[in-house]
Amino acid sequence: MTAELGHFTLILALCVALVQAVFPLVGAARDNEVWMGLARPTAMFQFLLVSISFGCLTHLYVTSDFSVLNVASNSNTAMPMLYKVSGVWGNHEGSLLLWVLILAIFGAAVAAFGRNLPPALRARVLSVQAMIAVGFYLFMLFTSNPFERLFPAPINGRELNPLLQDPGLAFHPPMLYLGYVGFSMAFSFAIAALIEGRVDAAWARWVRPWTMAAWCFLTAGITLGSWWAYYELGWGGWWYWDPVENASFMPWLAGTALLHSATVVEKRDSLKGWTVLLAIITFSLSLLGTFLVRSGVLTSVHAFATDPTRGVFILMLLIVVIGGSLALYAFRAPKLVSSGLFQPVSREGALLFNNLVMTTAAAAVLLGTLYPLFLDAIGGAKVSVGPPFFNAVFIPIMIPMIAAMAFGPLLNWKRGDLVAAFGQLRLAAILGLVALAATYMWQTDGPIFATLGMGLAVWLGLGTLTELAGRARLFTAPAGAWGRFRRMPRASWGMVLGHFGLALAIAGMAGAGGWTKESIQTMHPGETVDLAGYEFTFDGASEGQGPNYTAIVGKFTVRKSGDVIAELVAEKRNYPIGGMPTTEAGIETRLAGDLYAVIGDPEGEDGGFVTRLYFNPLVVWMWIGAMVMVFGGVLSLTDRRYRVGAPKRSRAGAAVAAGA
Amino acid sequence: MKRKHKRLTFVVIALALLGTAAGLVLTALEDNIVFFFSPTDLAEKRPGPDQRLRLGGLVEEESVQKPGDGITLFKVTDTANTVAVRYKGVLPDLFREGQGVVAEGRLQNGVFVAEEVLAKHDENYMPPEVAEAIKKSGQWQGKDQGKDQ
Repeated sequence: MTAELGHFTLILALCVALVQAVFPLVGAARDNEVWMGLARPTAMFQFLLVSISFGCLTHLYVTSDFSVLNVASNSNTAMPMLYKVSGVWGNHEGSLLLWVLILAIFGAAVAAFGRNLPPALRARVLSVQAMIAVGFYLFMLFTSNPFERLFPAPINGRELNPLLQDPGLAFHPPMLYLGYVGFSMAFSFAIAALIEGRVDAAWARWVRPWTMAAWCFLTAGITLGSWWAYYELGWGGWWYWDPVENASFMPWLAGTALLHSATVVEKRDSLKGWTVLLAIITFSLSLLGTFLVRSGVLTSVHAFATDPTRGVFILMLLIVVIGGSLALYAFRAPKLVSSGLFQPVSREGALLFNNLVMTTAAAAVLLGTLYPLFLDAIGGAKVSVGPPFFNAVFIPIMIPMIAAMAFGPLLNWKRGDLVAAFGQLRLAAILGLVALAATYMWQTDGPIFATLGMGLAVWLGLGTLTELAGRARLFTAPAGAWGRFRRMPRASWGMVLGHFGLALAIAGMAGAGGWTKESIQTMHPGETVDLAGYEFTFDGASEGQGPNYTAIVGKFTVRKSGDVIAELVAEKRNYPIGGMPTTEAGIETRLAGDLYAVIGDPEGEDGGFVTRLYFNPLVVWMWIGAMVMVFGGVLSLTDRRYRVGAPKRSRAGAAVAAGA
Repeated sequence: MKRKHKRLTFVVIALALLGTAAGLVLTALEDNIVFFFSPTDLAEKRPGPDQRLRLGGLVEEESVQKPGDGITLFKVTDTANTVAVRYKGVLPDLFREGQGVVAEGRLQNGVFVAEEVLAKHDENYMPPEVAEAIKKSGQWQGKDQGKDQ
């Protein structure tokens, strides 16, 4: 019954979404208040229906109802409860249901909190949201129904892919989806603005928090995924430029650009057309990401199944959404006239420069990701484009932006003074060069980009702190600095933390990317391997047992100059139901770097094992940096101007003046 | 600066960025692209020892040997041709005889020296390149096998 209820509410949700897509839009065009008024209740109702549907699927998983195909394929009674629940979205159909649920949550949020939005704008936004939802409902109901029954029902299920049975990964997909779908808000607002033919500060003040929230989720999601790959795949790496990673990284790049350009619209009434275009691009990349991953065209952990009908449907949906919105943009964008003028050297100019670099980087990543698919589609050779390509392209593109990033916040709106800004940054520049030189002397074997990265991290970190100190006049008038720190708007703190977090993350990436030490060998119990000044001793392996797996548990003791500094426990697990082994690396995280051990297959009869040992310098700073960035974003979301509420349109002009 | 000049500045910066990016992309594509070879492709095209490439196919049954020191020797087959592979390191979790595999490395003196053996994430999942390589070379053989049984 539960499965049928879930299926039925999903169909109902489609019907409600159709009403929500059509009537408010027509109502807004004809100035019919009753029709426009339909937007809010339908959004709420749609949310209710999808929640019931999602609740039904969760219930089926929790109670292990194997008469449902989806549950039987991805769950098992022996699995811990956490993974039974995360199994709901650990598969193609369920993840789509999560997608529409999050979409409905965002829609309901606009309906609930959007009281002071102009009714026509609200109606149009919700209508566009519903159109996206309709596409997804149709896709699910026709090609990917999560509630399909299986007859006869098996006694037990096939269990979730053991790689996905991990606490880090349990929350990785929902985070990513909150990010992807969050950008749908910016998209809906952009389309609504194009239909209305106007973009103003009030519009930007609405779009920015949604984009910021989506960006926070996406950053957290990408970090979780990277962290998971780091400790679960057992290769000591954290980013592989895998197409699927790129699929989430492209919207992040575009979304970061959008975040910055929306600031210009809000504060300076400029870059309107560009911001709208960025909103469209960001969401299009999110859609592309979702589908690229789900359609199975890519060789990846995330490709659940290949089904040609799905591929065709996906392609159609992408063409309609991306083509349609770009066509609308081409027609209507000339109406979006910007009034704020600015010099190339100015805050706006710096933000625009950020935008140009970010979109160029996103385009380069897109090209590298899709190139093998294109080549294959036109019958060319089968190729793969891997990390060497992306490192060679992406890093050089980003370097000028990181260098410019310290300047941006120091420039005034409209017209900035580059020489004065550099004067303030002198200390950061000197210490950045010192860091660069020190790294160069100390680490002679790493790639040049890593050395450069350390210098840039110091430059950006100190540059950001310089701006913060200057704003509070910490050195010129230290007496009142504390008060000025406290009175600083939270959005400013958000910027400071965002940039500073990136500096920390760059240091981590440079360290881990540049000077990782690795050693592969067969080790017998009692044997010691020296790596980067650490002595790894293999203490032997034993058998272990988990709820639904057996394991070989290898123990390592790490000493430095004779003192024991860490005990590492590495596992090789075997999940008999799925017939699949996984690797659990033993990791000791230290600020200077991670000690990392992996145990492989037994070799010989005398207790020897293949082992892989790593010293990964500064890795933890990457995760800390990402956390600082997300924290900055969240802090910025609690800024007073969002809490107090978006200004009404009539007051928009005054708000702009105050903001400048 | 006049409005026209300002706009020109941005256009110039944007074009410079795009130009640099395009240049980077083109050189990087030329140097860093990795072509996919099936064992049959390897036998026919004989790539040089410097060319980095990807080899895909099935791990031949009973071909895996471990001479020690973390080295694994195995053979990759697409049912028509077979290539010997040498790899030092921890194998991915799902590396098994009779299963699909993708290895990246170079062909040296007839032996494929792998620097990386790619993890397959699901026992039922076959990388599309591998599936196609086997289909391409194995079509007629598949039928023959059918007759034998």
